[in-house]
Amino acid sequence: MSTKALTGALLTLFALFFTIPILWLLLASSKSPAELIDSSPYAPGSLGSLTDNWNSLIAFQDGAVLTWLGNSVKYALMALVLTMVVSIPAGYALALMSFAGRRLLLIVTLVVMLMPATALVLPTFLELSYVDLINTSWSVVLPFSFFPFGVYLTYIYFGTAVPRELLEAARLDGCSEAGTFWRVALPLAKPVVALVAFFSFTNNWNNFFLPYVMLPVSDAYPMQVGLTQMLASTPTFNPVVGANAEVQPPTLVLATLLSVAPVLIVFLFSQRFLVAGMTAGATKS
Amino acid sequence: MRSVTSGGRRFGPAPGHLFVSGYVVLLVAFGIGPALYALYLAFTTNMGYWAGIDNFTKTFADFRFLPAVGHVAAYLVLWLVSLTVLVVTLALVVHSVRNRVAGSALRFLYYIPGALAGASSVLLWLFVLDPSVSPVAWLLSAFDLQTFNQVIAPGNLPLIFTVIAFWTGAGSWIVVLYGALNTIPHEVIEAARMDGASALTTALRVQLPMLRKWIAYMLILSLAGGTQLFVEPQLVSQASFGVVGTDYSVNQLAYLYAFNQNDFNGSAALSIILLIFSVACAALFVARGRLFDVD
Repeated sequence: MSTKALTGALLTLFALFFTIPILWLLLASSKSPAELIDSSPYAPGSLGSLTDNWNSLIAFQDGAVLTWLGNSVKYALMALVLTMVVSIPAGYALALMSFAGRRLLLIVTLVVMLMPATALVLPTFLELSYVDLINTSWSVVLPFSFFPFGVYLTYIYFGTAVPRELLEAARLDGCSEAGTFWRVALPLAKPVVALVAFFSFTNNWNNFFLPYVMLPVSDAYPMQVGLTQMLASTPTFNPVVGANAEVQPPTLVLATLLSVAPVLIVFLFSQRFLVAGMTAGATKS
Repeated sequence: MRSVTSGGRRFGPAPGHLFVSGYVVLLVAFGIGPALYALYLAFTTNMGYWAGIDNFTKTFADFRFLPAVGHVAAYLVLWLVSLTVLVVTLALVVHSVRNRVAGSALRFLYYIPGALAGASSVLLWLFVLDPSVSPVAWLLSAFDLQTFNQVIAPGNLPLIFTVIAFWTGAGSWIVVLYGALNTIPHEVIEAARMDGASALTTALRVQLPMLRKWIAYMLILSLAGGTQLFVEPQLVSQASFGVVGTDYSVNQLAYLYAFNQNDFNGSAALSIILLIFSVACAALFVARGRLFDVD
Protein backbone atom coordinates (compact mmCIF):
# COMPACT_ATOMS: atom_id res chain seq x y z
CA MET A 1 0.00 0.00 0.00
CA SER A 2 1.27 3.46 -0.80
CA THR A 3 2.03 5.98 1.92
CA LYS A 4 -0.81 8.14 0.73
CA ALA A 5 -3.39 5.35 1.01
CA LEU A 6 -2.03 4.40 4.42
CA THR A 7 -2.30 7.92 5.83
CA GLY A 8 -5.76 8.27 4.25
CA ALA A 9 -6.92 5.07 5.95
CA LEU A 10 -5.45 6.18 9.29
CA LEU A 11 -7.11 9.60 9.13
CA THR A 12 -10.47 8.10 8.14
CA LEU A 13 -10.37 5.45 10.85
CA PHE A 14 -9.81 8.05 13.54
CA ALA A 15 -12.39 10.40 12.04
CA LEU A 16 -14.94 7.58 12.45
CA PHE A 17 -13.76 6.82 15.98
CA PHE A 18 -14.16 10.44 17.03
CA THR A 19 -17.49 11.10 15.32
CA ILE A 20 -19.59 7.92 15.57
CA PRO A 21 -20.44 8.34 19.29
CA ILE A 22 -21.53 11.94 18.66
CA LEU A 23 -23.61 10.90 15.69
CA TRP A 24 -25.22 8.22 17.83
CA LEU A 25 -25.93 10.79 20.56
CA LEU A 26 -27.77 13.02 18.09
CA LEU A 27 -29.78 10.13 16.61
CA ALA A 28 -30.64 8.34 19.85
CA SER A 29 -32.10 11.43 21.48
CA SER A 30 -34.92 11.34 18.92
CA LYS A 31 -35.96 7.74 19.61
CA SER A 32 -38.54 6.13 21.82
CA PRO A 33 -37.28 3.64 24.44
CA ALA A 34 -38.37 0.73 22.20
CA GLU A 35 -36.79 2.22 19.07
CA LEU A 36 -33.52 2.70 20.92
CA ILE A 37 -33.24 -1.09 21.33
CA ASP A 38 -34.95 -2.32 18.16
CA SER A 39 -34.04 0.06 15.34
CA SER A 40 -30.63 0.34 13.71
CA PRO A 41 -28.24 2.51 15.75
CA TYR A 42 -27.72 4.62 12.63
CA ALA A 43 -31.42 5.16 11.87
CA PRO A 44 -32.96 8.46 12.93
CA GLY A 45 -35.91 8.49 15.31
CA SER A 46 -38.85 10.81 14.90
CA LEU A 47 -39.77 14.35 15.84
CA GLY A 48 -42.62 12.96 17.94
CA SER A 49 -40.27 10.84 20.05
CA LEU A 50 -37.90 13.77 20.42
CA THR A 51 -40.79 15.88 21.72
CA ASP A 52 -41.79 13.09 24.11
CA ASN A 53 -38.23 12.84 25.41
CA TRP A 54 -38.04 16.61 25.81
CA ASN A 55 -41.32 16.68 27.74
CA SER A 56 -40.28 13.92 30.11
CA LEU A 57 -36.89 15.62 30.56
CA ILE A 58 -38.54 18.90 31.55
CA ALA A 59 -40.99 17.02 33.76
CA PHE A 60 -38.12 15.39 35.69
CA GLN A 61 -38.25 16.84 39.20
CA ASP A 62 -40.28 19.85 38.03
CA GLY A 63 -37.80 21.29 35.54
CA ALA A 64 -34.64 20.61 37.54
CA VAL A 65 -32.70 20.28 34.28
CA LEU A 66 -33.32 23.92 33.35
CA THR A 67 -32.12 25.05 36.77
CA TRP A 68 -28.97 22.93 36.42
CA LEU A 69 -28.21 24.33 32.97
CA GLY A 70 -28.66 27.88 34.25
CA ASN A 71 -26.31 27.18 37.14
CA SER A 72 -23.66 25.78 34.78
CA VAL A 73 -23.81 28.92 32.65
CA LYS A 74 -23.55 31.17 35.69
CA TYR A 75 -20.57 29.39 37.27
CA ALA A 76 -18.63 28.98 34.03
CA LEU A 77 -19.09 32.59 32.86
CA MET A 78 -18.25 34.18 36.21
CA ALA A 79 -15.10 32.06 36.45
CA LEU A 80 -14.21 32.85 32.84
CA VAL A 81 -14.17 36.60 33.46
CA LEU A 82 -12.09 36.27 36.62
CA THR A 83 -9.69 33.81 34.99
CA MET A 84 -8.95 36.12 32.05
CA VAL A 85 -8.44 39.23 34.19
CA VAL A 86 -6.02 37.36 36.43
CA SER A 87 -4.20 34.84 34.18
CA ILE A 88 -3.26 36.75 31.02
CA PRO A 89 -1.33 39.58 32.76
CA ALA A 90 0.34 37.01 35.03
CA GLY A 91 1.51 34.82 32.14
CA TYR A 92 2.75 37.90 30.30
CA ALA A 93 4.71 39.17 33.29
CA LEU A 94 6.26 35.76 33.92
CA ALA A 95 7.46 35.54 30.32
CA LEU A 96 8.64 39.07 29.64
CA MET A 97 9.16 41.10 32.80
CA SER A 98 11.82 41.04 35.49
CA PHE A 99 10.76 41.04 39.10
CA ALA A 100 11.89 39.53 42.36
CA GLY A 101 10.35 36.09 42.90
CA ARG A 102 9.63 35.49 39.23
CA ARG A 103 11.38 32.13 38.97
CA LEU A 104 9.86 30.95 42.25
CA LEU A 105 6.37 31.87 41.03
CA LEU A 106 7.00 30.05 37.76
CA ILE A 107 8.07 26.87 39.51
CA VAL A 108 5.23 27.01 42.03
CA THR A 109 2.78 27.54 39.15
CA LEU A 110 4.08 24.47 37.35
CA VAL A 111 3.98 22.35 40.49
CA VAL A 112 0.48 23.45 41.50
CA MET A 113 -0.69 22.90 37.94
CA LEU A 114 0.50 19.30 38.23
CA MET A 115 -1.17 18.66 41.54
CA PRO A 116 -4.31 16.57 41.04
CA ALA A 117 -7.15 19.06 41.34
CA THR A 118 -9.20 16.55 43.28
CA ALA A 119 -6.47 16.33 45.92
CA LEU A 120 -7.27 19.96 46.68
CA VAL A 121 -11.04 19.62 46.62
CA LEU A 122 -11.46 18.39 50.17
CA PRO A 123 -9.02 20.84 51.83
CA THR A 124 -10.56 23.66 49.79
CA PHE A 125 -13.95 22.52 51.05
CA LEU A 126 -12.76 22.80 54.67
CA GLU A 127 -11.14 26.16 53.99
CA LEU A 128 -14.31 27.59 52.43
CA SER A 129 -16.58 26.20 55.11
CA TYR A 130 -14.39 28.06 57.62
CA VAL A 131 -15.31 31.33 55.89
CA ASP A 132 -18.94 30.29 55.35
CA LEU A 133 -18.85 30.12 51.55
CA ILE A 134 -20.07 26.53 51.14
CA ASN A 135 -23.24 26.19 49.10
CA THR A 136 -22.69 29.59 47.48
CA SER A 137 -21.72 30.32 43.87
CA TRP A 138 -18.34 31.57 45.11
CA SER A 139 -17.45 28.13 46.46
CA VAL A 140 -17.16 26.91 42.87
CA VAL A 141 -16.42 30.16 41.00
CA LEU A 142 -13.34 31.16 43.02
CA PRO A 143 -11.58 27.78 42.84
CA PHE A 144 -12.53 27.60 39.12
CA SER A 145 -10.85 30.99 38.57
CA PHE A 146 -7.54 29.72 39.87
CA PHE A 147 -6.26 28.36 36.55
CA PRO A 148 -2.47 27.85 36.51
CA PHE A 149 -2.81 26.02 33.19
CA GLY A 150 -4.01 29.28 31.65
CA VAL A 151 -1.12 31.23 33.18
CA TYR A 152 1.36 28.67 31.93
CA LEU A 153 -0.11 28.58 28.43
CA THR A 154 0.10 32.39 28.28
CA TYR A 155 3.66 32.25 29.59
CA ILE A 156 4.70 29.74 26.92
CA TYR A 157 3.05 31.79 24.20
CA PHE A 158 4.68 35.07 25.14
CA GLY A 159 7.98 33.33 25.75
CA THR A 160 8.16 31.60 22.38
CA ALA A 161 5.90 33.22 19.82
CA VAL A 162 6.05 36.96 20.46
CA PRO A 163 9.25 38.70 19.38
CA ARG A 164 10.85 40.41 22.35
CA GLU A 165 12.22 43.17 20.11
CA LEU A 166 8.70 44.36 19.38
CA LEU A 167 8.01 44.96 23.07
CA GLU A 168 11.43 46.53 23.60
CA ALA A 169 10.67 48.92 20.75
CA ALA A 170 7.37 49.93 22.35
CA ARG A 171 9.13 50.60 25.65
CA LEU A 172 11.82 52.64 23.89
CA ASP A 173 9.04 54.66 22.26
CA GLY A 174 7.95 55.65 25.76
CA CYS A 175 5.13 53.18 26.34
CA SER A 176 4.53 52.37 30.02
CA GLU A 177 4.54 48.69 31.12
CA ALA A 178 0.74 48.72 31.22
CA GLY A 179 0.57 50.47 27.84
CA THR A 180 2.98 47.97 26.28
CA PHE A 181 0.89 45.11 27.57
CA TRP A 182 -2.45 46.59 26.57
CA ARG A 183 -1.59 48.11 23.19
CA VAL A 184 1.20 45.89 21.86
CA ALA A 185 1.27 42.50 23.59
CA LEU A 186 -2.45 41.82 24.01
CA PRO A 187 -3.38 42.38 20.34
CA LEU A 188 -0.63 39.91 19.40
CA ALA A 189 -1.90 37.41 21.93
CA LYS A 190 -5.40 36.90 20.54
CA PRO A 191 -4.81 33.21 19.78
CA VAL A 192 -3.68 32.42 23.31
CA VAL A 193 -6.40 34.59 24.88
CA ALA A 194 -8.99 32.63 22.89
CA LEU A 195 -7.34 29.37 23.85
CA VAL A 196 -7.23 30.15 27.59
CA ALA A 197 -10.84 31.39 27.54
CA PHE A 198 -11.87 28.25 25.73
CA PHE A 199 -10.08 25.83 28.07
CA SER A 200 -11.35 27.73 31.12
CA PHE A 201 -14.96 27.57 29.97
CA THR A 202 -14.92 23.91 28.89
CA ASN A 203 -13.00 22.77 31.99
CA ASN A 204 -15.36 24.53 34.34
CA TRP A 205 -18.48 23.55 32.46
CA ASN A 206 -17.41 19.92 32.56
CA ASN A 207 -16.08 19.92 36.12
CA PHE A 208 -17.86 17.35 38.24
CA PHE A 209 -16.02 16.68 41.47
CA LEU A 210 -15.68 20.20 42.90
CA PRO A 211 -19.36 21.23 42.60
CA TYR A 212 -20.32 17.72 43.71
CA VAL A 213 -18.60 18.39 47.04
CA MET A 214 -19.26 22.13 47.41
CA LEU A 215 -22.95 22.23 46.54
CA PRO A 216 -25.05 19.80 48.55
CA VAL A 217 -28.45 21.13 47.40
CA SER A 218 -29.98 20.00 44.08
CA ASP A 219 -31.10 23.58 43.27
CA ALA A 220 -27.45 24.68 43.08
CA TYR A 221 -26.15 21.72 41.01
CA PRO A 222 -24.53 22.39 37.69
CA MET A 223 -25.64 20.11 34.83
CA GLN A 224 -22.74 17.65 35.28
CA VAL A 225 -23.75 16.81 38.82
CA GLY A 226 -27.43 16.78 37.86
CA LEU A 227 -26.72 14.17 35.17
CA THR A 228 -25.58 11.64 37.75
CA GLN A 229 -28.82 12.14 39.61
CA MET A 230 -30.63 11.24 36.39
CA LEU A 231 -28.37 8.23 35.84
CA ALA A 232 -29.44 6.94 39.23
CA SER A 233 -33.07 7.12 38.07
CA THR A 234 -32.52 5.22 34.79
CA PRO A 235 -33.54 1.52 34.82
CA THR A 236 -30.89 0.28 32.33
CA PHE A 237 -28.13 1.34 34.69
CA ASN A 238 -29.96 0.88 37.94
CA PRO A 239 -32.32 -2.15 37.99
CA VAL A 240 -33.67 -1.19 41.40
CA VAL A 241 -35.52 1.81 39.96
CA GLY A 242 -38.07 -0.63 38.53
CA ALA A 243 -40.54 -0.54 35.68
CA ASN A 244 -42.17 2.81 36.40
CA ALA A 245 -38.80 4.54 36.50
CA GLU A 246 -38.60 8.27 36.29
CA VAL A 247 -36.04 8.47 33.48
CA GLN A 248 -36.11 6.37 30.30
CA PRO A 249 -32.79 5.82 28.49
CA PRO A 250 -33.54 8.15 25.53
CA THR A 251 -34.38 10.91 28.01
CA LEU A 252 -30.98 10.43 29.63
CA VAL A 253 -29.43 10.58 26.15
CA LEU A 254 -31.19 13.88 25.50
CA ALA A 255 -30.00 15.22 28.86
CA THR A 256 -26.43 14.25 27.94
CA LEU A 257 -26.82 16.05 24.62
CA LEU A 258 -28.11 19.19 26.36
CA SER A 259 -25.25 19.07 28.86
CA VAL A 260 -22.72 19.31 26.04
CA ALA A 261 -24.63 21.58 23.66
CA PRO A 262 -23.35 24.93 25.04
CA VAL A 263 -19.72 23.81 24.87
CA LEU A 264 -20.27 22.46 21.37
CA ILE A 265 -21.70 25.82 20.31
CA VAL A 266 -18.89 27.76 22.00
CA PHE A 267 -16.27 25.89 20.13
CA LEU A 268 -18.00 26.13 16.82
CA PHE A 269 -17.39 29.85 17.25
CA SER A 270 -13.88 29.67 18.66
CA GLN A 271 -12.80 27.19 16.00
CA ARG A 272 -11.60 30.04 13.81
CA PHE A 273 -9.08 31.04 16.46
CA LEU A 274 -8.12 27.51 17.33
CA VAL A 275 -7.35 26.22 13.86
CA ALA A 276 -5.69 29.47 12.80
CA GLY A 277 -2.80 28.12 14.84
CA MET A 278 -1.78 29.37 18.21
CA THR A 279 0.96 31.58 16.90
CA ALA A 280 -0.53 33.47 13.99
CA GLY A 281 0.26 36.89 15.51
CA ALA A 282 3.14 39.15 14.65
CA THR A 283 5.65 36.41 13.86
CA LYS A 284 4.20 36.04 10.36
CA SER A 285 4.22 39.23 8.35
CA MET B 1 17.46 32.85 33.41
CA ARG B 2 17.09 36.59 33.47
CA SER B 3 18.49 38.33 36.44
CA VAL B 4 16.54 40.65 38.66
CA THR B 5 16.92 44.26 37.58
CA SER B 6 19.67 45.86 39.56
CA GLY B 7 19.49 49.17 41.36
CA GLY B 8 16.52 50.77 43.08
CA ARG B 9 13.94 48.28 41.82
CA ARG B 10 15.49 45.37 43.57
CA PHE B 11 13.83 45.84 46.95
CA GLY B 12 10.64 47.67 46.03
CA PRO B 13 7.71 46.21 44.09
CA ALA B 14 8.33 46.04 40.32
CA PRO B 15 5.59 46.55 37.70
CA GLY B 16 5.68 42.76 37.25
CA HIS B 17 4.38 42.32 40.78
CA LEU B 18 1.25 44.26 39.92
CA PHE B 19 0.68 42.07 36.86
CA VAL B 20 0.87 38.83 38.86
CA SER B 21 -0.85 40.08 42.04
CA GLY B 22 -4.37 38.79 41.31
CA TYR B 23 -3.03 35.42 40.30
CA VAL B 24 -0.85 35.18 43.41
CA VAL B 25 -3.87 35.78 45.66
CA LEU B 26 -5.77 32.91 44.01
CA LEU B 27 -2.65 30.74 44.05
CA VAL B 28 -2.29 31.15 47.80
CA ALA B 29 -6.00 30.73 48.53
CA PHE B 30 -6.74 27.74 46.29
CA GLY B 31 -3.37 26.16 45.48
CA ILE B 32 -0.79 26.43 48.22
CA GLY B 33 -3.21 26.98 51.10
CA PRO B 34 -5.25 23.81 50.59
CA ALA B 35 -2.08 21.78 49.90
CA LEU B 36 -0.52 22.88 53.18
CA TYR B 37 -3.80 22.18 54.92
CA ALA B 38 -3.85 18.64 53.48
CA LEU B 39 -0.30 18.19 54.72
CA TYR B 40 -1.35 19.36 58.18
CA LEU B 41 -4.34 17.01 58.20
CA ALA B 42 -2.23 14.08 56.97
CA PHE B 43 0.09 14.33 59.97
CA THR B 44 -2.48 15.04 62.69
CA THR B 45 -5.32 13.18 64.36
CA ASN B 46 -8.95 14.23 64.08
CA MET B 47 -8.46 16.04 67.40
CA GLY B 48 -5.59 18.06 65.93
CA TYR B 49 -2.76 16.22 67.73
CA TRP B 50 0.46 15.15 66.06
CA ALA B 51 -0.08 11.72 64.49
CA GLY B 52 3.31 11.03 62.90
CA ILE B 53 2.87 8.65 59.98
CA ASP B 54 -0.12 6.85 61.48
CA ASN B 55 -2.51 8.10 58.81
CA PHE B 56 -0.19 6.79 56.11
CA THR B 57 0.42 3.35 57.64
CA LYS B 58 -3.31 3.04 58.20
CA THR B 59 -4.21 3.77 54.57
CA PHE B 60 -1.35 1.65 53.17
CA ALA B 61 -2.59 -1.27 55.25
CA ASP B 62 -6.16 -0.82 53.99
CA PHE B 63 -7.01 -3.89 51.91
CA ARG B 64 -8.44 -1.59 49.21
CA PHE B 65 -5.30 0.53 48.79
CA LEU B 66 -2.93 -1.65 46.73
CA PRO B 67 -5.61 -2.85 44.29
CA ALA B 68 -6.62 0.78 43.71
CA VAL B 69 -2.98 1.74 43.00
CA GLY B 70 -2.71 -1.19 40.58
CA HIS B 71 -5.87 -0.16 38.73
CA VAL B 72 -4.68 3.42 38.31
CA ALA B 73 -1.17 2.32 37.25
CA ALA B 74 -2.56 -0.05 34.59
CA TYR B 75 -4.73 2.73 33.24
CA LEU B 76 -1.87 5.27 33.24
CA VAL B 77 0.48 3.01 31.27
CA LEU B 78 -2.12 2.35 28.57
CA TRP B 79 -3.26 5.96 28.46
CA LEU B 80 0.13 7.71 28.32
CA VAL B 81 1.61 5.34 25.76
CA SER B 82 -1.38 5.50 23.42
CA LEU B 83 -1.59 9.26 23.83
CA THR B 84 2.06 9.85 22.94
CA VAL B 85 2.21 7.49 19.97
CA LEU B 86 -1.17 8.29 18.44
CA VAL B 87 -1.39 12.03 19.08
CA VAL B 88 2.10 12.75 17.73
CA THR B 89 1.50 10.52 14.71
CA LEU B 90 -1.90 12.05 13.98
CA ALA B 91 -0.65 15.64 14.45
CA LEU B 92 2.21 15.03 11.99
CA VAL B 93 -0.05 13.28 9.48
CA VAL B 94 -2.78 15.94 9.69
CA HIS B 95 -0.12 18.63 9.32
CA SER B 96 1.11 16.95 6.14
CA VAL B 97 -2.33 17.07 4.52
CA ARG B 98 -1.96 19.44 1.56
CA ASN B 99 -5.64 20.17 1.06
CA ARG B 100 -6.45 23.05 3.44
CA VAL B 101 -10.16 22.32 3.67
CA ALA B 102 -9.60 18.62 4.37
CA GLY B 103 -6.95 19.43 6.97
CA SER B 104 -9.09 21.86 8.91
CA ALA B 105 -12.15 19.58 8.66
CA LEU B 106 -10.14 16.69 10.12
CA ARG B 107 -8.84 18.79 13.00
CA PHE B 108 -12.37 19.88 13.71
CA LEU B 109 -13.76 16.33 13.66
CA TYR B 110 -11.00 15.09 15.96
CA TYR B 111 -11.57 17.98 18.28
CA ILE B 112 -15.37 17.76 18.65
CA PRO B 113 -15.37 15.12 21.43
CA GLY B 114 -13.40 17.58 23.58
CA ALA B 115 -16.75 19.21 24.27
CA LEU B 116 -17.81 16.08 26.11
CA ALA B 117 -15.63 15.70 29.15
CA GLY B 118 -16.55 14.72 32.68
CA ALA B 119 -19.85 13.03 33.39
CA SER B 120 -21.26 13.67 29.89
CA SER B 121 -18.63 11.67 28.05
CA VAL B 122 -18.77 8.83 30.56
CA LEU B 123 -22.56 8.64 30.22
CA LEU B 124 -22.31 8.59 26.42
CA TRP B 125 -19.74 5.81 26.57
CA LEU B 126 -21.90 3.79 28.95
CA PHE B 127 -24.43 3.72 26.11
CA VAL B 128 -21.82 3.09 23.39
CA LEU B 129 -20.51 0.15 25.43
CA ASP B 130 -23.95 -1.31 26.08
CA PRO B 131 -24.35 -4.01 23.39
CA SER B 132 -28.15 -3.63 23.34
CA VAL B 133 -27.99 -0.04 22.02
CA SER B 134 -24.37 0.38 20.86
CA PRO B 135 -23.51 1.77 17.40
CA VAL B 136 -20.54 -0.62 17.41
CA ALA B 137 -22.31 -3.70 18.77
CA TRP B 138 -20.67 -5.76 15.98
CA LEU B 139 -17.25 -4.78 17.32
CA LEU B 140 -18.17 -5.65 20.90
CA SER B 141 -19.61 -8.94 19.67
CA ALA B 142 -16.36 -9.66 17.80
CA PHE B 143 -14.68 -9.62 21.21
CA ASP B 144 -17.43 -11.92 22.49
CA LEU B 145 -19.03 -9.23 24.61
CA GLN B 146 -22.81 -9.69 24.60
CA THR B 147 -23.99 -7.86 27.73
CA PHE B 148 -23.17 -4.57 29.40
CA ASN B 149 -21.83 -6.34 32.46
CA GLN B 150 -19.43 -8.40 30.34
CA VAL B 151 -18.12 -5.20 28.74
CA ILE B 152 -17.45 -3.43 32.02
CA ALA B 153 -15.80 -6.44 33.69
CA PRO B 154 -13.06 -5.07 35.98
CA GLY B 155 -10.28 -6.43 33.72
CA ASN B 156 -11.53 -4.31 30.82
CA LEU B 157 -11.73 -1.05 32.72
CA PRO B 158 -8.18 0.30 32.16
CA LEU B 159 -8.73 -0.11 28.42
CA ILE B 160 -12.22 1.40 28.58
CA PHE B 161 -11.03 4.42 30.56
CA THR B 162 -8.15 4.83 28.08
CA VAL B 163 -10.59 4.82 25.17
CA ILE B 164 -12.84 7.38 26.89
CA ALA B 165 -9.92 9.64 27.87
CA PHE B 166 -8.37 9.38 24.40
CA TRP B 167 -11.71 10.09 22.74
CA THR B 168 -12.30 13.27 24.75
CA GLY B 169 -8.73 14.51 25.13
CA ALA B 170 -6.67 13.53 22.10
CA GLY B 171 -8.26 15.99 19.68
CA SER B 172 -7.32 19.07 21.65
CA TRP B 173 -3.73 17.86 21.93
CA ILE B 174 -3.66 17.24 18.19
CA VAL B 175 -4.75 20.85 17.69
CA VAL B 176 -2.11 22.09 20.14
CA LEU B 177 0.69 20.08 18.51
CA TYR B 178 -0.55 21.16 15.09
CA GLY B 179 -0.26 24.77 16.25
CA ALA B 180 3.27 24.08 17.47
CA LEU B 181 4.16 22.52 14.11
CA ASN B 182 2.97 25.71 12.43
CA THR B 183 5.52 27.74 14.40
CA ILE B 184 8.37 25.84 12.72
CA PRO B 185 9.52 28.20 9.97
CA HIS B 186 8.79 27.05 6.43
CA GLU B 187 12.41 27.64 5.48
CA VAL B 188 13.58 24.98 7.94
CA ILE B 189 11.27 22.35 6.45
CA GLU B 190 12.11 23.47 2.90
CA ALA B 191 15.82 23.24 3.65
CA ALA B 192 15.45 19.70 4.93
CA ARG B 193 13.50 18.75 1.82
CA MET B 194 16.10 20.37 -0.45
CA ASP B 195 18.73 18.25 1.26
CA GLY B 196 16.73 15.24 0.16
CA ALA B 197 15.08 14.34 3.45
CA SER B 198 11.88 12.29 3.13
CA ALA B 199 8.70 13.32 4.95
CA LEU B 200 9.43 10.68 7.58
CA THR B 201 13.01 11.84 8.10
CA THR B 202 11.88 15.46 8.31
CA ALA B 203 9.32 14.47 10.93
CA LEU B 204 11.81 12.50 13.01
CA ARG B 205 14.83 14.79 12.69
CA VAL B 206 13.31 18.26 12.42
CA GLN B 207 9.72 18.36 13.61
CA LEU B 208 9.81 15.90 16.51
CA PRO B 209 12.70 17.61 18.36
CA MET B 210 10.89 20.93 18.06
CA LEU B 211 7.74 19.35 19.51
CA ARG B 212 9.57 17.89 22.49
CA LYS B 213 8.57 20.63 24.89
CA TRP B 214 4.91 20.31 23.91
CA ILE B 215 4.95 16.53 24.19
CA ALA B 216 6.42 16.72 27.69
CA TYR B 217 3.78 19.27 28.54
CA MET B 218 1.03 16.98 27.26
CA LEU B 219 2.39 14.06 29.27
CA ILE B 220 2.62 16.06 32.49
CA LEU B 221 -0.95 17.28 32.28
CA SER B 222 -2.22 13.86 31.24
CA LEU B 223 -0.40 12.19 34.10
CA ALA B 224 -1.88 14.70 36.52
CA GLY B 225 -5.30 14.03 35.05
CA GLY B 226 -4.80 10.28 35.00
CA THR B 227 -3.87 9.87 38.65
CA GLN B 228 -7.04 11.78 39.54
CA LEU B 229 -9.24 9.11 37.96
CA PHE B 230 -12.57 9.60 39.71
CA VAL B 231 -15.67 10.36 37.69
CA GLU B 232 -15.20 7.46 35.23
CA PRO B 233 -15.05 4.62 37.77
CA GLN B 234 -17.59 6.40 39.97
CA LEU B 235 -20.22 6.42 37.22
CA VAL B 236 -19.30 2.94 35.98
CA SER B 237 -19.70 1.73 39.53
CA GLN B 238 -23.08 3.39 39.79
CA ALA B 239 -24.19 1.97 36.43
CA SER B 240 -22.85 -1.53 37.04
CA PHE B 241 -24.92 -1.84 40.16
CA GLY B 242 -22.06 -2.97 42.35
CA VAL B 243 -20.11 -5.16 39.88
CA VAL B 244 -17.42 -2.49 40.02
CA GLY B 245 -16.82 -1.19 43.54
CA THR B 246 -16.75 2.47 44.52
CA ASP B 247 -13.14 1.91 45.64
CA TYR B 248 -11.67 1.24 42.20
CA SER B 249 -9.29 4.23 42.10
CA VAL B 250 -7.11 5.88 44.75
CA ASN B 251 -9.13 9.07 44.55
CA GLN B 252 -12.38 7.22 45.09
CA LEU B 253 -10.79 5.68 48.16
CA ALA B 254 -9.82 9.15 49.42
CA TYR B 255 -13.40 10.24 48.83
CA LEU B 256 -14.75 7.25 50.76
CA TYR B 257 -12.43 8.06 53.65
CA ALA B 258 -13.73 11.61 53.82
CA PHE B 259 -17.41 11.17 53.16
CA ASN B 260 -18.24 7.61 54.24
CA GLN B 261 -15.80 7.07 57.09
CA ASN B 262 -15.63 10.71 58.08
CA ASP B 263 -11.84 10.34 58.25
CA PHE B 264 -10.49 13.58 56.80
CA ASN B 265 -6.97 12.77 58.02
CA GLY B 266 -6.83 9.45 56.18
CA SER B 267 -8.28 11.15 53.13
CA ALA B 268 -5.60 13.86 53.29
CA ALA B 269 -2.88 11.19 53.61
CA LEU B 270 -4.10 9.58 50.37
CA SER B 271 -4.21 13.00 48.69
CA ILE B 272 -0.64 13.70 49.76
CA ILE B 273 0.51 10.36 48.32
CA LEU B 274 -1.08 11.21 44.97
CA LEU B 275 0.52 14.62 45.17
CA ILE B 276 4.05 13.40 45.85
CA PHE B 277 3.85 10.85 43.05
CA SER B 278 2.62 13.47 40.63
CA VAL B 279 5.26 16.03 41.57
CA ALA B 280 8.07 13.46 41.33
CA CYS B 281 7.04 12.41 37.82
CA ALA B 282 6.60 16.05 36.84
CA ALA B 283 10.12 16.91 37.97
CA LEU B 284 11.43 14.11 35.74
CA PHE B 285 9.51 15.44 32.75
CA VAL B 286 10.57 19.01 33.45
CA ALA B 287 14.22 17.94 33.46
CA ARG B 288 13.93 15.79 30.33
CA GLY B 289 11.51 17.93 28.34
CA ARG B 290 13.33 21.18 29.15
CA LEU B 291 10.13 23.04 29.86
CA PHE B 292 11.99 25.97 31.35
CA ASP B 293 13.90 26.42 28.14
CA VAL B 294 12.00 29.57 27.25
CA ASP B 295 14.37 32.01 28.92
